[in-house]
Amino acid sequence: MQLPRWLLTLTALLFSISAQAAEVNVAVAANFTAPMNAIAAEFARDTGHQAKLSFGSSGKFYAQIKNGAPFHAFLSADDETPARLEREGQTVADSRFTYAIGTLVLWSAQAGVVDAKGDVLRKGQFNKLAIANPRFAPYGRAAVEVLTGMGLLDSLTPRFVQGENIAQPWQFVSTGNAELGFVALSQVMRNGRISGGSAWIVPSKLHAPIRQDAVILAAGKGNVAAVALMSYLKGDKAKAIMQSYGYEI
Amino acid sequence: MSIRARFRLDRSGFSLDVDLDLPARGVTALFGHSGSGKTTLLRCIAGLERAAGGYLDLSGEVWQDAARFLPTHDRPLGYVFQEASLFPHLSARGNLEYGRKRAKGGIDAAALAHIVALLGIGPLLERRPDQLSGGERQRVAIARALAVKPRLLLMDEPLAALDLARKQEILPYLERLHEELDIPVLYVSHAPDEVARLADHIVVMEAGRVVASGPLTDTLARLDLPIHLGEDAGVVLDAVVTERDARWHLARVVFADASNIGVWVRDGGHAIGHHVRVRILARDVSLALTRHSGTSIQNILPGVVEELADDVHPAQALVRLNMGGAPLVARLTRRSAHDLGLSPGQIVYTQIKAVALIG
Amino acid sequence: MPLTDADLAAIWLTLKLASVTTLLLLLLGTPIAWWLARTRSWWKGPVGAVVALPLVLPPTVIGFYLLVTMGPNGPVGQFTQSLGLGVLPFTFAGLVVASVFYSLPFVVQPLQNAFEAIGERPLEAAATLRASPLDAFFSVVLPLARPGYLTAGVLGFAHTVGEFGVVLMIGGNIPEQTRVISVQIYDHVEAMDYAQAHWLSGGMLLFAFLVLLALYTLNPTGRRK
Repeated sequence: MQLPRWLLTLTALLFSISAQAAEVNVAVAANFTAPMNAIAAEFARDTGHQAKLSFGSSGKFYAQIKNGAPFHAFLSADDETPARLEREGQTVADSRFTYAIGTLVLWSAQAGVVDAKGDVLRKGQFNKLAIANPRFAPYGRAAVEVLTGMGLLDSLTPRFVQGENIAQPWQFVSTGNAELGFVALSQVMRNGRISGGSAWIVPSKLHAPIRQDAVILAAGKGNVAAVALMSYLKGDKAKAIMQSYGYEI
Repeated sequence: MSIRARFRLDRSGFSLDVDLDLPARGVTALFGHSGSGKTTLLRCIAGLERAAGGYLDLSGEVWQDAARFLPTHDRPLGYVFQEASLFPHLSARGNLEYGRKRAKGGIDAAALAHIVALLGIGPLLERRPDQLSGGERQRVAIARALAVKPRLLLMDEPLAALDLARKQEILPYLERLHEELDIPVLYVSHAPDEVARLADHIVVMEAGRVVASGPLTDTLARLDLPIHLGEDAGVVLDAVVTERDARWHLARVVFADASNIGVWVRDGGHAIGHHVRVRILARDVSLALTRHSGTSIQNILPGVVEELADDVHPAQALVRLNMGGAPLVARLTRRSAHDLGLSPGQIVYTQIKAVALIG
Repeated sequence: MPLTDADLAAIWLTLKLASVTTLLLLLLGTPIAWWLARTRSWWKGPVGAVVALPLVLPPTVIGFYLLVTMGPNGPVGQFTQSLGLGVLPFTFAGLVVASVFYSLPFVVQPLQNAFEAIGERPLEAAATLRASPLDAFFSVVLPLARPGYLTAGVLGFAHTVGEFGVVLMIGGNIPEQTRVISVQIYDHVEAMDYAQAHWLSGGMLLFAFLVLLALYTLNPTGRRK
């Protein structure tokens, strides 16, 4: 007996709807907040999968994942934390890859404070320099590396104000409490342009690349949406969005 | 020498409006039911209550008028609250010393010792307030108020929070104070027996107004007293012990304001010549047109009817009599008064069933 | 020694911050609590509510507004700059100011309760014994309010020690200036250095328990002689 054609079509539709209903809970590094919101919207439109996003620091996500947090995928701010999770058997094997390379920027909320070469750091005419805590934040570590290379670390350390994640230095600078700060380019760039104040985009040769790795977590094993998101991050649309926020690919 | 006090105070549901001229000596009772404003008046005098536009002077020294308001701590007064209100963190001695140290020209050690002895609190001085009975606390509080050497002593129902036994314990001390103190005392009370024992003057208050004011004897003998004393209606008379009958344990006291008119009372142990007070309630006085014999009543005295008035209950009447200068009030039924044909100026025999010797 | 120099510095800084804050709070909280306990003004409600705000607000809200108002463009920042004091965020003084505000209800409310429990009468008695209001405050109110001061001091101190969100927002994690114990613990956790985090966290737990134990033992509620 042959099934009517319309019934076949309906069955196919129902299957595709049930595939669309898949959800993935993603832990996302704070610096990747803005691009990820845009990517997730496109992802939902293109694939029908829903990515539910949680933003925070990589260290906190590590602690939560180790203690059973229901995240399926993890977009870290660094490459170490995903690697560590992988070693500790908390991930799906061979799922780890670098989804973006962060760009460090020296930024002031006021125009004309930061010059195009970062000489403002040498002149030292500023009150505070905000950075992310270099002990665990990749952008903070990169900033310290840059200052070390310039031979300014010791002289500028007393002026450090440290944020617990990359969001805080931006906050300190944008409220004017710190005149300068090392932040992620993604935090100050919109549509390919720095949206306000003055900035020096730190050349990537001055520090080790800020590799941001993504990984599917053990809890995401078999989650089709997680797999789909990982491949979507590698696609052109996602890359274009990341670039518009100042990430290298 | 007088205390002049004029206060107006408006509170929701209560107003005080008084204008008083009180003698600056002896004990003046502020008497009235609760809610009549007597405590508020006392607090105004102390400066604890701020009556705008009030006036107060003590023998010419102005404490409050339109231009000035002497704060409580600058008024040379002593105050005894209804509850002793001792400082719980200080011993009895600490409480006494608290005011004494602060008062300019406070009393010296000898005078303090005298007050301590007068109030019988010597053995209590090292105790904390929570180790004292209610009566002991109140005696310490009175001593504390006296230790600042006040020129005016204010007492707000100092016995009201005590039971009958404690009251009886303190009253003799208060009477001793009454005899020894040479400063004026304003004594708030709603208890007629306390007033009878302690007061020289009385201010009767009702609904925030003064309705009667004057010497205790005269005022209590008024038949138009707007406040109804009920069973407590009667007179209080000053008297002197003139004779003692050892066989029957009786003493004869003669009224201070009357020439050799007196009554026999139970001998209270007072020496001849001693000043005492007697209280004769209206209900204990009956009248007769002739002098009866063959009656158990010992005290039968001639008197002149001065005034008749209706009592609260329509069956009863009050009669004021003049006993050779001393007043007496009798309560009888209106029918009796009618049957006897009583009228002012008439001479009758008063039969006094009971006389209370009150100190 | 399981604690590093940085840990010890954080502990020392925290104790210093809590001590200075508690002292200031007792000085500042006394007149506020006194006024709240005795006023019949319409302002009692609004002022009481402002004092209680830190009980309800997330510390991040307090920290965020403090960062904005004390920053160079904020009203408080403008004021401190005009006095030549610079701005307060990222300084010890700034933490003190924030802690004073943050712990205010923990000091004001026990004091206010103590003052209200004393009532009017002891003050009136003192006035009739020639004590001026100020004299009466020191000679009568303070001794009678001692349990309230003990509670207020302990709670103010302990609450300041436990402060985190506000410090995170305005501290800037500067060693020996703004890096207090709670931030240090947070850093240990972020750096995945859990052993260090345990030492400090366990210490905090013990501290909090001992403080509260002392409070409940020394100053039991409903004690009546």
